[in-house]
Amino acid sequence: MKRYEISKDPIDIQAVIDKVVQREAGAITTFIGTVRELTNGKKTLFLIYEAYEAMAVKKLEQIGREIEERFEGSKVAITHRVGRLDITDIAVVIAVSTPHRADSYEANRYAIERIKEIVPIWKKEHWEDGEEWMGNQLETVAYPTGKPEEGDLNE
Amino acid sequence: MNKILFFAHLRDAVGEEFLSLDAAGKTVAVLKTELAAKYDLPRMETVMTAINEEFASNDEVIREGDEIAFIPPVSGG
Repeated sequence: MKRYEISKDPIDIQAVIDKVVQREAGAITTFIGTVRELTNGKKTLFLIYEAYEAMAVKKLEQIGREIEERFEGSKVAITHRVGRLDITDIAVVIAVSTPHRADSYEANRYAIERIKEIVPIWKKEHWEDGEEWMGNQLETVAYPTGKPEEGDLNE
Repeated sequence: MNKILFFAHLRDAVGEEFLSLDAAGKTVAVLKTELAAKYDLPRMETVMTAINEEFASNDEVIREGDEIAFIPPVSGG
């Protein structure tokens, strides 16, 4: 059973949750990332997600390892969708189980923030008046050495 | 030979998903600069690089057969 996946098909939420069920767990948190219609008043029609799939899976696995090292007894599963997504469609599902609830919330938050830092997935926004690959639109993030450094990786 | 992969706006700029060229012996920085000039690639200072699916720094030297990917700021999630 693969706990880290890139999927061209709609994500089965329950299937992701089932991967982290364990007898030691007292909590499972599930994060569901969905496609939002309005961003700063601008209307999105649909999105295209693209991934460097082989590396994206490796980076999702890395995030899972980081969580399992930081939160004792945790178990993680993440599936990210690619292709065309319409408004309200599910882009990502993250499930984390832990012995106690506080860790489960914190670990799940950690996972989504890390995805936005190191997993090679991109979205292209399509609006009524155009389209653009999103990334860092403000161009405030630069990587002088060509890769993310420790500082970038830990918020 | 080396396979050079492009994504998102870089793929649009290059017009190909990947290029095959000989980059062995060059640093990531040199290859980046050469391709940026040839294809007029924008905002390369924000672009990360991966060698064989792992992030690599600009001073890393590319070896024969390495797969190189240029990674614009990511926007998953």
